[in-house]
Amino acid sequence: MIGYLIRRILYAVPILIGVNLLTFVLFFVVNTPDNMARMHLGMKRVNQEAIDKWKAEHGYDRPLLFNPAAEGSGKFTKTIFFDKSVKLFVFDFGPADDGREIGVDIQQRMWPSLAIAIPALVVGLLINITAAMLVAFFRATYIDFWGVILAVAMMSISSLFYIIGGQFVFSKMLRLVPISGYGDGLSALKFVILPVLIGLVAGIGGGLRWYRTIFLEEIGKEYVRTARAKGLSELRVLFGHVLRNALIPILTGVVVVIPLLFLGSLLTESFFGIPGLGSYTIDAINSQDFAIVRAMVFLGSVLYIIGLILTDISYTLVDPRVRLS
Amino acid sequence: MPILPVVLWTDALIFLLLGAAIALGFYAARREPLRAPWRQIRKRPVAMAAMVVLLAYIGIGLIDSVHFKRRLPATEAGQTAQYSPEVVSLLDVVTDRLRKNVERTYSAPLATHAYAKETVEMPDGTQARIFPRLRYGGAHLADPEKEWPQDLLFTAVQGGLLGLVAALGLNALFLFVLSRRRHTRGGTMVREILAGKTDTAWRATLGTLSLLVIWAGLCASLSFKYHLLGTDKVGQDVFYLSLKAIRTGLVIGTVTTLVMLPFAVLLGIAAGYFRGWVDDVIQYVYTTLSSVPGVLLIAAAVLILQVYMDRNADAFTSVTQRADVRLLFLCIILGVTGWIGLCRLLRGETLKLREMDYVQAATALGVGSWRIIIRHILPNVMHIVLISVVLDFSGLVLAEAVLSYVGIGVDPAMISWGNMINSARMEMAREPVVWWSLVSAFVFMFGLVLSANLFSDTVRDALDPRLRGR
Amino acid sequence: MNLLFTNKLVAALLLLSLAGCAGPPLNNPYPRREEGKNILYSFFEQRPKHLDPAQSYSSNEVTFTGQIYEPPFQYHFLKRPYTLIPLTAVEMPTPIYLNAKGERLKETDPAEQVAFSLYEIKIQPGIRYQPHPAFAQDAQGRYRYHALGPKELDQISALGDFKQTGSRELTAEDYVYQIKRLAHPKTQSPIYGFMSDYIVGLKELAAALQQAQQKIEPGAFLDLREYPLSGVEIVDRYTYRIKIAGKYPQFIYWLAMPFFAPIPHEADRFYSQPGLIEKNITLDWYPVGTGPYMLAINNPNRQMVLERNPNFHGERYPSEGEPGDQQAGLLADAGRPLPFIDKVIFSLEKEGVPIWNKFLQGYYDSAGIASDNFDQAVRIGGQGNADLTEEMKEKGIRLVTSVETSTFYLGFNMLDPVVGGASESARKLRQAIGIAVDEEESIAIFRNGRGIAMQSPIPPGIFGYTEGEAGINRYVYDWVNGRPQRKPIEAARRLLAEAGYPNGRDAKTGQPLVLNFDTTGTGPEAKSSFDWMRKQFEKLNIQLVIRNTDYNRFQDKMLKGTGQIFQWGWNADYPDPENFLFLLYGPNVKAGKNGENATNYKNPAFDRLFEKMKNMENTPERKAIIDQMLEIVRHDAPWASGFHPKQFSLFHAWYQKAKPNLMANNTLKYAKIDPALRARLRQAWNKPVWWPVAILLAVLVVGTLPAVATYRRKERGTPPRRSP
Repeated sequence: MIGYLIRRILYAVPILIGVNLLTFVLFFVVNTPDNMARMHLGMKRVNQEAIDKWKAEHGYDRPLLFNPAAEGSGKFTKTIFFDKSVKLFVFDFGPADDGREIGVDIQQRMWPSLAIAIPALVVGLLINITAAMLVAFFRATYIDFWGVILAVAMMSISSLFYIIGGQFVFSKMLRLVPISGYGDGLSALKFVILPVLIGLVAGIGGGLRWYRTIFLEEIGKEYVRTARAKGLSELRVLFGHVLRNALIPILTGVVVVIPLLFLGSLLTESFFGIPGLGSYTIDAINSQDFAIVRAMVFLGSVLYIIGLILTDISYTLVDPRVRLS
Repeated sequence: MPILPVVLWTDALIFLLLGAAIALGFYAARREPLRAPWRQIRKRPVAMAAMVVLLAYIGIGLIDSVHFKRRLPATEAGQTAQYSPEVVSLLDVVTDRLRKNVERTYSAPLATHAYAKETVEMPDGTQARIFPRLRYGGAHLADPEKEWPQDLLFTAVQGGLLGLVAALGLNALFLFVLSRRRHTRGGTMVREILAGKTDTAWRATLGTLSLLVIWAGLCASLSFKYHLLGTDKVGQDVFYLSLKAIRTGLVIGTVTTLVMLPFAVLLGIAAGYFRGWVDDVIQYVYTTLSSVPGVLLIAAAVLILQVYMDRNADAFTSVTQRADVRLLFLCIILGVTGWIGLCRLLRGETLKLREMDYVQAATALGVGSWRIIIRHILPNVMHIVLISVVLDFSGLVLAEAVLSYVGIGVDPAMISWGNMINSARMEMAREPVVWWSLVSAFVFMFGLVLSANLFSDTVRDALDPRLRGR
Repeated sequence: MNLLFTNKLVAALLLLSLAGCAGPPLNNPYPRREEGKNILYSFFEQRPKHLDPAQSYSSNEVTFTGQIYEPPFQYHFLKRPYTLIPLTAVEMPTPIYLNAKGERLKETDPAEQVAFSLYEIKIQPGIRYQPHPAFAQDAQGRYRYHALGPKELDQISALGDFKQTGSRELTAEDYVYQIKRLAHPKTQSPIYGFMSDYIVGLKELAAALQQAQQKIEPGAFLDLREYPLSGVEIVDRYTYRIKIAGKYPQFIYWLAMPFFAPIPHEADRFYSQPGLIEKNITLDWYPVGTGPYMLAINNPNRQMVLERNPNFHGERYPSEGEPGDQQAGLLADAGRPLPFIDKVIFSLEKEGVPIWNKFLQGYYDSAGIASDNFDQAVRIGGQGNADLTEEMKEKGIRLVTSVETSTFYLGFNMLDPVVGGASESARKLRQAIGIAVDEEESIAIFRNGRGIAMQSPIPPGIFGYTEGEAGINRYVYDWVNGRPQRKPIEAARRLLAEAGYPNGRDAKTGQPLVLNFDTTGTGPEAKSSFDWMRKQFEKLNIQLVIRNTDYNRFQDKMLKGTGQIFQWGWNADYPDPENFLFLLYGPNVKAGKNGENATNYKNPAFDRLFEKMKNMENTPERKAIIDQMLEIVRHDAPWASGFHPKQFSLFHAWYQKAKPNLMANNTLKYAKIDPALRARLRQAWNKPVWWPVAILLAVLVVGTLPAVATYRRKERGTPPRRSP
């Protein structure tokens, strides 16, 4: 098990290097350091001298990937790429192009993202599973039929509509929650409640359908018939046997996304003015702050790989028959 | 020639896709194992109704994919023919009135007056702030206040009746063909259909079709005299915009799949079949790609395209071309981020299949690897491919809206639901609220995505061996 | 189970709603403890990039730095035309002009003889800096925090974590220190390049500093006091002199900008410690000034808070103003000490929609108007004058309008082979487009009339602007009924035909004319403005291709001079026509030289006049020269059309002392609010509405009924269980 984990972690290194190289090439094809300098220095009265100064100051005055002027291994290490990506591996993100330390900002902005993502995930899971159980319980009746149609209808609505509509009705017309913003500690509650609620409603259609399939698959299995034959009531069968066995696919499906919760939601955060990592990413794209984008991509891929490893571990935990090797 | 046909990149791909779909249809019709799922789909009323709606959307998308330039009148004799730089589609020609009747700014659905007051110079030279009459919406009315309700009702009924006649005609045609094929009398056929006793869910199919046709008649008739769904900020007809957006949605949903399919199928099967280092490399590539957050990958790609277009500005001389290339590029990049899931599924399935007896037997007999893949493996993973194609479709249509909101979607000059929703955001903050753009985008998009979802559900049930028969 | 749960939920919500009726509004985005306090609520739309006065140039940054840093001069709050008055200085300086030999010239001597101008500035004694750890000293008089060890650094995450603070008196040396910072290679001041042409010795200093920096290890501190700047001299503790090359009367305006605010050397040393830079504690983020406010909370991700500076030297509300200010109540507080407000909270608000809604709910004290909510707020009266709607008046909201000192224009790239160049045909084409692009309609649709169409590059309120018939652009407008009226489209078509494109087709080849519009716009607003722009060119049968791209690409195109038609704007640095006309001055071209002449327009006659006009005082002769220049520009039409935006600001009833001042950036100290009135109105405007929620819940409950019924049926269907 431990050996397996170590191997997985080592395997992650080439992937992360690949991710880094990819983002690096993608963004530098588009944005030369001169572009970045001009973007950050603004419109008025900027000359080449100022641009060169900015580049020197931010370490963008070296060649991108290969430095023919340097000697030996310096040909590869004295480049922007080496400079900017080696530190990422020890989670030293360095300063953004506007001078602020990215690490400090990420630590700060992680919490608002989590404050929305975690409740939305946990409550959403509960609601979706309950609803799916109910629909599975009433399978092959008109409740099942219309429930599924309703779920399909709900998932056919773009999340943009949920957000725009929810914000319009609850904050503007009914004045129940603030329109946008965020607060510290408990005062965050009033800002978080509507985004979470919208997240729940938007997720219910897809969730219901997905979990219903899982439950129906379980219900069709042999042991359920056995349990029923023993004279257990339908509800007992559902909660006692089906739910427990269905937890394996549910759990493994959920574990993969848990680390990614840190990254926050791009849409919700920018609509509700929540200072999380999602809006951080969007802002960085819009202002073309390459340092932040690279840091977020790196963080995203690390979290993704952690998610994959966690999934493997959770397999062994819920099902002792699976052994990692 | 009075017109010069223009084939945009996405047009070509759409027609390629159409051809492929028709070919697949013919191929499947001959093979019993492939006809069985189709029979199952045909039985479901919901699926058939959804299919009719989908076909209507596809039809509009197709006529909007036939592009051409009009010829300009010669200024001097003996000149070579000059064509207008403006690229128009067949749909533009059909809806020419909607396209050309542009108001100044917002107007509500079916309105005769502008939505907001404007400063207007009165005949006596003074200025006043009034609701001015629209240039085109209800312009035929002399006294809108009195005539408007009757005229509206009259136009609607007229259009509805026209639609009804057309629907009856269509139904009669269907009945005629059906009863000829079944060798029954028309009356029996009608009774069977009405009772819902036919094998194919004809009641739902024809019912939906009739409703659609009647509704189309109603809309067409109203939209000729009024702005059926109002106008947007610069006075363009929202109904026209909604119709034009259909093609964008369809292209994103289908071309993306077309682009990614070869990669996903080839790499997925290769990884599963050859294993070893091939598998390692392919796994490495897709793990790397999938661990980059998709939005960032798309943002970077769209930026790259912009650089490319700016460096080669001469190659993109018209608005339509620029928008089209960007759309195609968006499809490609969505495909790049989207093929991973399918690839992984196919790899897993192939791993299983290659241990099957018949594959092992073929290997033992010395059949070449590629032959085995084409003969034995590809046909057996086809259902996975089809399922993922139909399931991805609606997700992609929805993704377009979100990406356009973030500013990395289709070209801002392109008409799409995402762009419509995007502007609607500001309009919702207006007072009084301008709701029609949002509602139109919602209704049109919901119609497409819902029918696609309902249809794909059935397709999945019919194709997935694990779900079959449940 | 479901039923029970919803019942509980309904009960909880009912309780909540009861509480909601009595308590404070539920949608208040601020903590309750702030209620009724003397706090001004505002917003910022973009996070500021620089708060270092040597670097910050954009208006969203100056909003903060203007309140904290004090340059020697400021604009008078009330007087118009804009007048400079001393801020920390004792009086306004009179420049002394010297010839090349260093001899003093008389006022009457011609400008060509002036080789240097000398400004002597005397500041008031007794002004003290805000409390700041950089000044903190221990018992021996050593600076407490100038050499922080790793242990001390561990406990620091923001500036507020330093226990001890100190202060000291402002001296002339601090002003000189900041001027030297403009040349520091690390500072990257945007005005360095420009100022180095004027301030004597700035270039040499920059070179010396560059050398010095290469010698020391990276990150180490350079004490600028050790490096001389020949053109700037400290006379005594409170007096300093600046020597600039030639005659540049507009220089005094620069001295009213934060670029010339004082920076104490202690702060520079303090902030250059590498341990602090790693924690985002830099001069760029934590300003230290002498102004009425200091930055108390600095969280650009969410909130910036300005608090009253306890060491503020004190300033009094002005006692004279423009005619009409007395009636408007703007002089009621004359002579009272400034500032009035204890704390200003700026919240990050990236989108217009929430800003507007929160303003209406009373959570922002003032707001501008976007075109989408214009009709809700403003109604245009019979004479075209703006007034508030009843809805706004009922709320007690006031409207303040002013024409901004900026110009936005649709420019042609004069290097372009089709639209550019000095040929007769290209000029006619440009003039035709100038008529076709109906700027008035654009202002009506996109700005709801908040702007006036451009007649010349110079906006109203700046010397050189001419009112009435004499000031209109004859190539585009006619004077009809006492108003400028755009020439009919036929005139444009005629010009287009004369230019060689009858009916939008090349007369020789018959090819349709296709032009390109280069722009950076994305998003919905941009989409409709593109559509509109295409419509304008369609009037002439010209097809317009929108080449929209991102900011960098656009800049690239402008730099290379490969654009064709584009939109650009200029916001005045200072109220002088030179600051607008230099946008068309030949040597200032953008392409290749990165000047501010974005159209790359070059006309020798214009350039000659510009050089003459540049250094003149505002005399009738200057006006005459400007009129000649404007005529040249209108004829050549490098700018097709344009507008000067009008600013419409709304203020709530509790906001007092609102007068727009487009030049001054330190106006927060004059603002005054009535917190009690605000609390009352907020309460009245924000009663929550609960009944739709109740209905929604009822629908949900009813929706579960069929499920219950089916469940019952199912239960009955199964054989009843035997009791044990």
